[in-house]
Amino acid sequence: MSLLLETKGLTRIYGGLRAVDGVDYTLAKGEIHALIGPNGAGKSTFVGMVSGRIPASEGEVWFEGQNITALPAHTRIRQGMAYTFQITAIYARLSLFDNVALALGRQDRTDVLGALDRVGLADRAMQTAGDLAYGHQRLLEIAMGVAQAPRLLILDEPTQGLAESEIEGFNTLIRSLAGDTTILLIEHNMQVVMALADEITVLDAGKILARGTPQDIHANADVQNAYLGTG
Amino acid sequence: MTVDTRSVLLHLGLIALLIVLGLVLPTYHQGNLARILVLATYAIGFNVLFGYTGLLSLGHAMFFAAGMYGCGLAMHLGGWPVLSALGAGIIAAAVLSLIVALLALRTIGVAFMIVTLMFAQAFFLTALYLGEWTGGDEGFVIAQASRQIAGFALTDPLTRFFAALAVFSVALLITARMMHLPFGRVLIGVRENEERTRMLGYDTFRHKLLAVIISGTISGGAGAAYAVLFGYVGATFASVQYSIFPLLWVLLGGMGTTIGPLIGVAFMFYLIDYASGLTNAYLLIVGAALVLLTLFARAGIVGEIRKRWVPWLP
Repeated sequence: MSLLLETKGLTRIYGGLRAVDGVDYTLAKGEIHALIGPNGAGKSTFVGMVSGRIPASEGEVWFEGQNITALPAHTRIRQGMAYTFQITAIYARLSLFDNVALALGRQDRTDVLGALDRVGLADRAMQTAGDLAYGHQRLLEIAMGVAQAPRLLILDEPTQGLAESEIEGFNTLIRSLAGDTTILLIEHNMQVVMALADEITVLDAGKILARGTPQDIHANADVQNAYLGTG
Repeated sequence: MTVDTRSVLLHLGLIALLIVLGLVLPTYHQGNLARILVLATYAIGFNVLFGYTGLLSLGHAMFFAAGMYGCGLAMHLGGWPVLSALGAGIIAAAVLSLIVALLALRTIGVAFMIVTLMFAQAFFLTALYLGEWTGGDEGFVIAQASRQIAGFALTDPLTRFFAALAVFSVALLITARMMHLPFGRVLIGVRENEERTRMLGYDTFRHKLLAVIISGTISGGAGAAYAVLFGYVGATFASVQYSIFPLLWVLLGGMGTTIGPLIGVAFMFYLIDYASGLTNAYLLIVGAALVLLTLFARAGIVGEIRKRWVPWLP
């Protein structure tokens, strides 16, 4: 299977701390890949460097066979990445319609409503985004990522704050994207990870601790010690 | 009726109303309105950057004055005809805003305010320093005979009014259209959440750069028009006072609204006019009115109308 994304020795240093430390990582096209690990393991920093939001201290990022390390974030997004923030970053004072229209880059009514419909928010298109309940703001953020029809969709803790029923909907949505869209998912909710991920990478203290199928990871003793507990 | 149609009708209706006002008002108010329209054009330019892009410049007087000096000096020293001189003023403002943007946009927030303020002070002091040509504080008067386009004397009150209205209408329609286009929507995105906008794939620096240039060029166009229509060019227009005025006008009228700048300028102009007829301490009345508006209509006059009654106002 061909690679969509590859990082070579990717490192980010904050002061004396190596938040991400020489990560070599590959992601195959069409895969749903989950990135898990304890708080402070460097997950968000890692995807921040992949998307260009955070400059890498050392190492390289390759996307579709091209070295994109030097490219600014907006160029990487244009090349087919989409990024949803861990802390909801919608346009709170604009309508849902305007939020999605900005993500799409056009005001096409059918397309905007279509994107909102995928997360069940089409009937609220004219509401102000900041007035939505938190879970709905998360869904809007996801809708904005999906609307960009990216080849790589990076989701940073997308289900945080979602109700059980909404998580079901989220899982369905992500499965419907799989194949065309490659998904890199940071997620704490292990049920979501186990339900969605083709493969899991565990990050701990800025380094890759383990990588494998959900079953491998669940059975891995190191991972259990570092992160999963004994459950 | 779609929002687009309503917005077109609003702007064309406003222009039609102004045409009627120009024809029926007595000469005194006709002159006032001409001045209000030119200053409102300046406010529209300021609003592009402050109201729509969310960047607060405290040095916009330098763009207004660059247009004014560019045009005024071309006529006064170079003997250029009005239209070429207006062009010179607009180009001067565009070049200045490009240079200032490239330097000032390396900063954000308070630093951006201070950098623009400092550039404007440098411009103001340069205008004074070059007093031999600019007339310094006293400025200079543009010869009446030269202020005419194709035989139409801009010193005639009605002609001057319609010239001012033409300048205002161009600026109004350009900005109203721009805010409907994807480019304008991205400026609003930058104002609301720059990081999110960048992470949607927009080159936010390039958008901010263009916003400063468009804003500075419209402001400069207003300055050039002011020189031609009122025949006077002076360093006062480059002073810090003239950087603060557009901020007040836009805040009063409603930041991020297309017609707010005009309403803000007209409101303040007639507030001063009326209050100074009552008492010498008219600034006290003006100050009190501004405080009341800030307390009870924080989004400005048009902003408040939009919030309460007419949500589609552009």
